[in-house]
Amino acid sequence: MSDTKLNIVVIDENPVRAAILEDGLRDAGYTRVTLIGEMTNLLRRLTEIEPEVILIDLENPSRDVLEQMFQVSRIVRRPVAMFVDQSDSAMIQAAVDAGVSAYIVGGLQKDRVRPILDMTISRFHAFSRLRDELEEARSKLADRKVIERAKGILMKQRGMAEEDAYKLLRETAMAQKKKLSDIAEGVVMAAKLLGS
Amino acid sequence: MKETDNSIWDAVAPMEQAEPERQLRTVRIGFIPLVDCATLVVAAEKGFDRREGLALQLVKETSWANIRDRVNLGHFDCAHMLAGMPIASSMGIGHIKVPTIAPFLLGLNGNAVTVSLPLYQQIRGTGVQGDDPASLGRALRQVVDERRRAGLEPLTFAMVFPFSCHNYELRYWMAAAGIDPDRDIRLVVIPPPLMVDSLEAGHIDGFCVGEPWNSLAVDAGIGRLLLTKAALWNMGVEKVLGVRADWADDNRPVLESLIRALYRAAQWADDPANRDELADMLAQPAYLGVSSKIIRRSLSGDILVQAGQPPVHVDDFIVFNRQAANFPWVSQAVWIYTQMVRWGQAEASSESETAARRCFRPDIYRTALRNSDLAVSLPSMNAKLEGALAGEIPVGSVDGKLTLGPDRFFDGGVFDPDDPEGYLHRFAIRT
Repeated sequence: MSDTKLNIVVIDENPVRAAILEDGLRDAGYTRVTLIGEMTNLLRRLTEIEPEVILIDLENPSRDVLEQMFQVSRIVRRPVAMFVDQSDSAMIQAAVDAGVSAYIVGGLQKDRVRPILDMTISRFHAFSRLRDELEEARSKLADRKVIERAKGILMKQRGMAEEDAYKLLRETAMAQKKKLSDIAEGVVMAAKLLGS
Repeated sequence: MKETDNSIWDAVAPMEQAEPERQLRTVRIGFIPLVDCATLVVAAEKGFDRREGLALQLVKETSWANIRDRVNLGHFDCAHMLAGMPIASSMGIGHIKVPTIAPFLLGLNGNAVTVSLPLYQQIRGTGVQGDDPASLGRALRQVVDERRRAGLEPLTFAMVFPFSCHNYELRYWMAAAGIDPDRDIRLVVIPPPLMVDSLEAGHIDGFCVGEPWNSLAVDAGIGRLLLTKAALWNMGVEKVLGVRADWADDNRPVLESLIRALYRAAQWADDPANRDELADMLAQPAYLGVSSKIIRRSLSGDILVQAGQPPVHVDDFIVFNRQAANFPWVSQAVWIYTQMVRWGQAEASSESETAARRCFRPDIYRTALRNSDLAVSLPSMNAKLEGALAGEIPVGSVDGKLTLGPDRFFDGGVFDPDDPEGYLHRFAIRT
């Protein structure tokens, strides 16, 4: 099972933030992502989906529902691994500060999931910087546009296929620990300055 | 002239007013908006904290898991916790192992079981007459059996957290009637603010929760209050002051001051003369944010069980201070441990039992209250038989003035904290 096959659930009542998170996960190659925005029947939904990773906003009172899920899983002897273990207090701190909590269910290796979590946290940080949902929706649209433009520039100037252009942008963003759109903006800016 | 006056005032006032403030020690306390956070609120609002040199900073939280995590991380110095939480943390079940203590109980009783109106009709449809837990349990079992025969989905009941007394109360009550809570029904966790909606939507058939949530369901005409915790296990622990053990070690004088402030606050909260003021205080948006009329019901014990019916008085519906309510009886911690074992949350082991025993800290409680001008009747024992008292009875105490009230389990069971294993063997239904 490769990382990108992980079955991920995002629990968030805020549709804009949930969409950003979903986009981030999909950008990182995760295809099995389910958003849950309706809290009244959460446990049943989670039982149906059987996620391996759950991302939930710390401000969501339904966090307590997950506690029970872990218990139930333990009783039926399915391994439950929590991403945050005793040695990871700095990690919990980061997660709490970012307003996100992550739990890994199913005995996964930490190192396989860490990048998702790191990315999730950075997404939440990005979210909190934005003043309101409208502004966020706008910037998301702008991000998409700038990424499309950067891809177009790379395809034209370096003769790359669309998929490769996107991959290059993504890898550069990951290597420099920057947002994909920031890298894209750099490409667009450089092209403008170089007059091409 | 006016200008001169002002400048003199400005020069003098900060010295006079701010100097004592600067010496106050801030204590950050997390709480969940429930009626049984009252003692914490009173301590801050009525200045019992300042009297002990403290400035309580109350932080409203949305989930018990957050409360636990933020205490573990040091975001909170201590918190309003479900009695099972410090025990689970000390035993390392459900989450990372963080030794956590409970040196003070914030409230006894206060929970209730509410069911949907259709389920209530089915329960009455069995012909059951009484309102006692045993009769209602037998009636519920008939409903459960009938549903199984008809091929219907099992009933679903909600509670608030795996390590909550709500969970143990529901299970205790049902199992005594021959209902296996893991097979015959579904037991799920739902956050209190979603209980009423879930009941209305038909996702659940009943729930066990603290106030004001039962009363809110009744008021909305969605549920019928069926049972109170006072009827299931009277004077049973519900919420505690949860403190990380290492914080308690490093800040013992602060903790002792806090216990004194909370004791005075609990006394104030328990006084019927203060009920209206307390209800108004808790009703504020910073705390519960619901109508004071609804809060007042649980404080007075005059409970509305169904919309449109006259209220029913419940003795000891919620208890903040009287009859040594704040004393952390080690026997109550061990009782919770037996329930964790009974329902498969923990393995029975002497190590776990010891962790549970060490979690409730009557020693700290005693030291804090002995060294004060408070005339507190301190019990001379740290543990008692739970469920053995049928009426009010004077018990051994340092000053000989302590009276304990009826503390019975509805099925007449008595728990001897020296023999948890023997107690567990008595139950036919367990995980």
